[in-house]
Amino acid sequence: MFALMSNFVFVPALTYGSQLALGALGITLVFGVLRFANFAHGDLMAFGTMGVVLITYWLQAHGIGIDPLPTALLALPFGIALAVGASLLIDRTVYRFYRKRRAAPVILVVASVGVMYVLNGLTRFVIGAEDQRFFDGARFLISAGDFKDLTGLDEGVTIKLTQALTVVVAVLMVAALFWFLQKTRTGKAMRAYSDNEDLALLSGISPDRVVAVTWIIAAVLATVAGTLYGLDKSFKPFVYFQLILPMFAAAIVGGIGQPIGAIIGAYVVAFSEVMLTYAYKRALMYIGPEGWGPEGLMQILSTEYKFAISFLILVFVLLVRPTGIFRGKVI
Amino acid sequence: MSAILTRTRLAYLGIIVLLLLVGVFQSWSVALVMINLCLISAVMALGVNIQWGYAGLFSAGTVGFVALGGLAGVLISEAPVIEAWDVGGAGLIYSVATLAALIAAIFIIMSVMKPGTARRIVMTCVILGGYFAVRYFFDPATDAIEGVNPSAQGFLGGLGLPILLSWPVGGLLAALVAWGIGKVALGLRSDYLAIATLGIAEIVIAVIKNEDWLARGVKNVSGLARPMPKEIALQESPEFIGWIEWLHSGALSTVTGDERIQMLRDFAQQDAGTFVKLIYMLLFTVVLLILFALAQRALNSPWGRMMRAIRDNEVAAEAMGKNVTKRHLQTFILGSAVVGIAGAMLTTLDGQFTPGTYNPLRFTFLVWVMVIVGGSGNNHGSVIGGFLIWFAWVQAEPAGILLMDGLTFFMAPDNPVRLHLLDAAAQMRPLLMGLVLLLAMRFSPKGILPEPIRTAR
Amino acid sequence: MSFLIGKDMRGGYGGADILNGCTIGVDKGQIAVVVGPNGAGKSTAMKALFGMLSLRAGSVTLDGRDITSMSPQDRVACDMAFVPQTNNVFAGMTVEENLEMGAYLRRDDFSDTMAEVFDLFPILKEKRRQFAGELSGGQRQQVAVGRALMTQPSVLMLDEPTAGVSPIVMDELFDRVIAIKKTGIAVLIVEQNARQALEIADIGYVLVSGENRFTDTGEALMADPEVRKSFLGG
Repeated sequence: MFALMSNFVFVPALTYGSQLALGALGITLVFGVLRFANFAHGDLMAFGTMGVVLITYWLQAHGIGIDPLPTALLALPFGIALAVGASLLIDRTVYRFYRKRRAAPVILVVASVGVMYVLNGLTRFVIGAEDQRFFDGARFLISAGDFKDLTGLDEGVTIKLTQALTVVVAVLMVAALFWFLQKTRTGKAMRAYSDNEDLALLSGISPDRVVAVTWIIAAVLATVAGTLYGLDKSFKPFVYFQLILPMFAAAIVGGIGQPIGAIIGAYVVAFSEVMLTYAYKRALMYIGPEGWGPEGLMQILSTEYKFAISFLILVFVLLVRPTGIFRGKVI
Repeated sequence: MSAILTRTRLAYLGIIVLLLLVGVFQSWSVALVMINLCLISAVMALGVNIQWGYAGLFSAGTVGFVALGGLAGVLISEAPVIEAWDVGGAGLIYSVATLAALIAAIFIIMSVMKPGTARRIVMTCVILGGYFAVRYFFDPATDAIEGVNPSAQGFLGGLGLPILLSWPVGGLLAALVAWGIGKVALGLRSDYLAIATLGIAEIVIAVIKNEDWLARGVKNVSGLARPMPKEIALQESPEFIGWIEWLHSGALSTVTGDERIQMLRDFAQQDAGTFVKLIYMLLFTVVLLILFALAQRALNSPWGRMMRAIRDNEVAAEAMGKNVTKRHLQTFILGSAVVGIAGAMLTTLDGQFTPGTYNPLRFTFLVWVMVIVGGSGNNHGSVIGGFLIWFAWVQAEPAGILLMDGLTFFMAPDNPVRLHLLDAAAQMRPLLMGLVLLLAMRFSPKGILPEPIRTAR
Repeated sequence: MSFLIGKDMRGGYGGADILNGCTIGVDKGQIAVVVGPNGAGKSTAMKALFGMLSLRAGSVTLDGRDITSMSPQDRVACDMAFVPQTNNVFAGMTVEENLEMGAYLRRDDFSDTMAEVFDLFPILKEKRRQFAGELSGGQRQQVAVGRALMTQPSVLMLDEPTAGVSPIVMDELFDRVIAIKKTGIAVLIVEQNARQALEIADIGYVLVSGENRFTDTGEALMADPEVRKSFLGG
C-alpha cells in the first residue's frame, strides 16, 4: 500500500512538481521584473529542450555518454546557451521597444503570444512536431527488487533515475537561485527592481541589466525544467505549450512575483493533479478483502482532464484570494 | 474622415481583386471555398474586435468559443437518439439533479455557517460526497449511452431542429461560458483574463473530445443536416435541371441527343457544388452584415463611447461612476457570443463536427492576427483582416513548400536537408503568423484601417 | 552661483507649461525650502532639477557643470539623491537591504556610511532585519532618507517628506535634516507644511503658478507680512 502510493502518487507528484516549480519560477520572475504574464514560457522551454535533444542525439551518435547518467545532462549547457541567446535576442527585438515606451502590460502579453508562435514554429520547423525520446542511461535508481532486498519488506518501492535526478537538480537550482536573489548585489537589485521600479532607477540600478539577468535566469530554468520533463516523459512541442497552464496556475496560487510562492504553488498543482487523476483501483484492491476490487478505475478525474485541475485551482484562488498564498502583485 | 473612407474602399477593392485572382489562376471553386471561410473568419474577427478593440480585453480562449458554437450545431440539428435516452437519460437526469442539489447545499452552507475551519471541513465533505454521488449516476448512464450503436451513434443526439437555429444557440452557449469565466477573471489584472480564458478553452475542448455521450468526442459527428438541399438532391431536382438548361443554353444548343443529356448531366454535377457554396456564401454574408451593422451601431452609440472611454482611461472612467468590471463583462460576453455564432457557422459549412481540429493556433491566434493586422477598434478593419489573413493562411503552406523548393534547388532530390526542409515547410504557418503579429504590432500598431479618431462636432 | 541651480526653468508634461521660468538653487551646507500653494509646480520644479521632466527652456547646473539633458540615473551617479513623496522604500526588502540598494552604485566598502545612517536614525538599526513595508509612516520616511544618503550625495532632494506623518515625527525629521545639512550636504525640500519648513530653511522659495514670487532667507520670509498673509495663514 505504502509502496503503491509512493510509486504512483508521491514520487511522480514530487517529480512533476519540481519540473513545474522550475518553470513557474521563470514565469514569476519575468512577471516580477517585466510585469507581464509571459505566454511564451512554455515554448521557450520547448526551444531550449530542442537544443538539448539535438545535441544529445549527436553525442549518442558519436558514442559520447556519461553512463549511467543520461547523455542529455552533457548536452544541457548547449540547450541553455540556445535558450539564453534566444531570450536576449527576443527581448532586444520585441519587448524592449514596449518597455521603453511603458506600454500597458496587456500589450506585452499579446507580444508574448506572438513570440510564443514564433518559437513554436521554429521548434517544430527544426525538430518536427512528433514525440522525441532522448533518455538513455540507467532506468532505475532503486528498483522494486533492490528495495525488497535492502529492507526485507515485501513491497517494492521504485524510484526511477530521472525522478531522483529531477528532484536533486531542482533542489540545487532553487537553492542557487535563492542564494543569488538574497545574497548577491545583482540579485538584490533584481528584487529591488521588481519591488519598486521607480525607486530602483533612483538608486542607480540599470533596468537593462536587471532585465537581461532576469531573462538569462528564466531561460536557464526553462531549459532545465524542459529537459527534466522530457527525460522523465518525452519531448513534444505541443505538450510543452500546454504546460504553461499549470505553470501559470502555480505562479498565481503562490502569489505571482513571489519566488517561494511559485515553488509551493507548483507542488500544490502537481500533487492535486496526480492525486486526482490517479486510478485508485489498485490501492483499493490492496486494502480491501479478496474479490472486493472495484469495477471502474476509481479515478476521481480521468487523465484527459488533468489541465482542468490546474484551471480549477486557478479559479479557486482568483475567487478566494487573488493575491495568492504569499501576497503577490495584483492590481 | 474622407482619407480613411478612401482607404477602406481601397482595402475592400484589394480583397475583391485578390479573390478574383484566385478564381482566375486557381479555380472558381477554390475561390468560393475561400470566400466562405473568409466570411466566417471575418465574423470571428468581429467578435474578437469587440473584446479587444472596444474594451482592450485580451482573451486567449477564442478556440473554446468556436468549439462551443460547433457543439451547438450537433446538439441542435442531429436527430435525438431515442434508444440512448432510454438507457441513459434517466441516469443523466438524476446526476444533473444531484449536481443541482450539491450546488444548493454549497450555497446553504455558505450562508448558514460562519467562515472557519468547521465550515471548510463540512464544505470539503459535502463537495466530495456530492461529487461521488453525481458520478454514481453519471458513469453508468454515460457508459450505457456510449454503448448504443457505438459505430454510428453512442451519444444522446440532438434536438433534430434545423441547423440554422444552431447559429444563435451557439452564440448563447458561448455567452453562457463567457459569463462564468468573466465573472471570475475580470476585475483583476488584465493578464488574468488571458490565462483564465486559455484554461477554459483547453477544458472546453477536452470535454468535447472526451465526453463521447455528448457529441461522440473524437469519433466525430459527420453528415450534419444542411440548411439547403444536398448536391445529389439538386442534380435530380427538375427545377434545378431546368435552371441549368437555361444557364448553359448556349453550350447545350451546339449538341443534341445523348451527347446533350450527358453534357447536361455534367453541368448539373458541376454546378450543384457551386450552387451550394453560393447559398452558403449568401447566408454567411447576411449574418456578417447583420452582425456588422449591430457592432457598428454599438460602437457609435453612447455605450460604445463609454467603452472607449473605459479602454483609454480606466481610472478616469471609474471615477466618473462607470462600473468598469460590469462593462467589461458585457463586452466579453458579446464578443464571445459572436465567436460562438461563427463557430456554429463553420460546423454547418463543414457538415461535420470534428473536435480534433480545434487548434488554438488556427482559431485563437489566427483571429488575433486578423484583428490586429486589420486595425483594432475598427470593424471594417476586422473584416478586411479576416479576409486577408485567411487568404495568407491558406496560401502559406504552398508558398512555404515553393520557397523551400526554391532554396534547396541545388541539392540532390534525396538530400536529407532538402527533404527535411520540404517536410518542415508545413510548420511554416505558426512562424509566419507569429512574425506577422509581431511586425504588425511594432510597425503598424493601428493596423490597415486605423480606428477613426473621433472629435467633438 | 549656487552649487545646484535650475535657472529660468520652463516646461510641463505636454500641454500647458507648469513651470514658467522659475529659478531654484541650493548651496552645500544649506537647506533650501520650496513652498507655495497647491498646483504651484513645487514638485514639478524638483522633478525638473532631477531630470524626470525635460525642460523646454532654462538650464540646470551642478557645481558649474551643465546637466540639463542628463538622465536621472546619471544624476544619481553625479552624487545627487532624490526621495520621492510616495513609494519611496522597497517594501518587500529589509531595512538593511534598502540601504544597500541605496549604495548600489558604490563599489567601495559602505559599512561606514551605513553606520552613519544608523547613528542618524537609531530606530533603523534596531529594525534593520524588518521589512520596510511593515514600518510606520515616520520610520519609512527615515528609511527613504537613509537610502538616499547611502550614495554619500552632495545634494539631497526631499519631496514633501512630512506628508502624512504626525507633528512630533515631523519635528524629529526636520531635526535630522538639519543634522544632515551640517555634514556639508546641500538639502532641497519641497514642503506643504510651509511654516515648519521655513523655520529650518537657510533659503526659501515661494512659488506661484510656476514662477518665483518671493525668495529670501527662511527667517525673512516668515517675517514678511505679505508672505504670512497669503501663504502661512496669517
